[in-house]
Amino acid sequence: MTELARNWTTNGTHRVPYWLYTDPEIYVQEQRKIFEGKSWNFVGLEAEIPKEGDFKRSNVGETSVIVARDRDGAIHVLRNQCAHRGLQVCRQEYGSARALQCPYHQWTYRLNGDLSGVPFMKGVDGHGGMPDDFDRRDHGLKKLAVARRNGAIFASFAPDVEPLEDFLGEKMLKLFDRVFNGKPLRILGVSRQRIPANWKLMFENIKDPYHASVLHVFLVTFGLFRVDNPSRTEMDATGRHSALVSRRGGDRTASVATQETASFREKLELRDPRLLDIVKEFPDPATVVMQTIWPNLIVQQQANTLATRQIVPAGPEAFDLNWTFFGYEDDDESMRARRLRHANLMGPAGLVSLDDSEVMDLAQRGIHCDNTGNAVVEMGGHGTEDHDHIVTETAIRAFYSYYRNVMGL
Amino acid sequence: MELLAEVEALYARYAELLDEGPLAQWPSLFVEEGSYRAVTRENVDRGWPLALMLCESRASMEDRVYAIENLVLTIPRRVRHVVSGLTIKEEAMRFIVSANFVMFETLEGGSTTCFSAGRYRDVLVRDSEGAIKFLDKTSIADAALISNSLVIPL
Repeated sequence: MTELARNWTTNGTHRVPYWLYTDPEIYVQEQRKIFEGKSWNFVGLEAEIPKEGDFKRSNVGETSVIVARDRDGAIHVLRNQCAHRGLQVCRQEYGSARALQCPYHQWTYRLNGDLSGVPFMKGVDGHGGMPDDFDRRDHGLKKLAVARRNGAIFASFAPDVEPLEDFLGEKMLKLFDRVFNGKPLRILGVSRQRIPANWKLMFENIKDPYHASVLHVFLVTFGLFRVDNPSRTEMDATGRHSALVSRRGGDRTASVATQETASFREKLELRDPRLLDIVKEFPDPATVVMQTIWPNLIVQQQANTLATRQIVPAGPEAFDLNWTFFGYEDDDESMRARRLRHANLMGPAGLVSLDDSEVMDLAQRGIHCDNTGNAVVEMGGHGTEDHDHIVTETAIRAFYSYYRNVMGL
Repeated sequence: MELLAEVEALYARYAELLDEGPLAQWPSLFVEEGSYRAVTRENVDRGWPLALMLCESRASMEDRVYAIENLVLTIPRRVRHVVSGLTIKEEAMRFIVSANFVMFETLEGGSTTCFSAGRYRDVLVRDSEGAIKFLDKTSIADAALISNSLVIPL
């Protein structure tokens, strides 16, 4: 690994240098060390490719990959790059096929990535063709390691990556299994947005319950997320994953939790209250669990809206956020309708998440030309330990603590 | 008034209210049990019901408008809807209308960009006073990828 010219001079992670969000060299190193390193990247849900031959496009870091379900039911994740001249083999977001064919010279690949056909490989009438030592077995699509858990698909460029369960750790695995509990999933739809901000700001946003209790008027006003709700902020042993777990309070009145929230509206009522017609569906009392899984996944359960959000970096100062909303196969019609209604809170037009995409835009604008400044990340102290409250930025500090190790910064 | 002129007037008013305001009057173009959906072509093609915005009643449109104007933090912006190519089919007291739309967006301090292009697939009815209103309006965006935030309905 090359040494980075940049140097994170302060100790700990309660100061985060702004060049981390703009530097092109940092961005290139992140692709290599984080997304192509020893990590499990979320690439999709099995329910998106339910039948044999189904495929979808996805990404690992910035790199385009194909996620395909083979005839034997196996799921393969392949780099979307022809072994011949580097073209994107797959041009469709999704589809169904028996084989994958590059349009340029029609090299054809099986759904497991093996190269099955090369036109004129043996030449024509004794002319041309590939050299005798050309072996199709050496020229398949690059195959990634694949892990599946209860309907979610992960991939890794590192063949020696630890098992997914160990990667998540016991605490995070338990929360992951809370939503991905083995019941068959039913996809409700996808949303995609390009946010003009560095990809790490998305993780920081979800690891930061402090902002949620002041910025998101909708959450605070309707008691969906308030600092006086029983809550906790927790990490895995490495600090790379985290979860905010909270419970909706019955109390909608003003309190110490809202007096410093300029935007709190005690008297506000919805004209169509079905938007927040929440039904308890998990055995534990939590009503919101926002889990961030290194290096590219957010699992969202807020009210009855369930979604994965995949982060796809698009240069140092932009990323795509791909949302997949889902429910369970055994949802009845009213639950399905409720999940679709609650989806109004989230996505590119979400009554809650709109605040975030706009704020991230403003953050990037503010940081853009600052090569020397630092973010102050001191709410809840300087440490990286779990907290039994949400008046804290501990999960951001824990994330950067792991990040510094991986990046050698 | 001739039917085409009536329908055109409704779409002109729709664009005017979203672009010039008052936004609070936008729901009045729908009947009370009317619904509004902004969806992407990708979801429609895959048979997935998810909407970017889903309002299942005029009341929920009023909630959405109130939130846009009072609750949600947004960078100041202007939008401009351009609607063309109306087709109208009359069916059992209803009017099935489709049209192309383009929505431009101008963030304060920035230049104008094409935010979305797509197709309206709408059902119109006459209300008790005989005025033509939306019963169902679905705005189908061609692009699945939204440029940051969708604030104003398509």
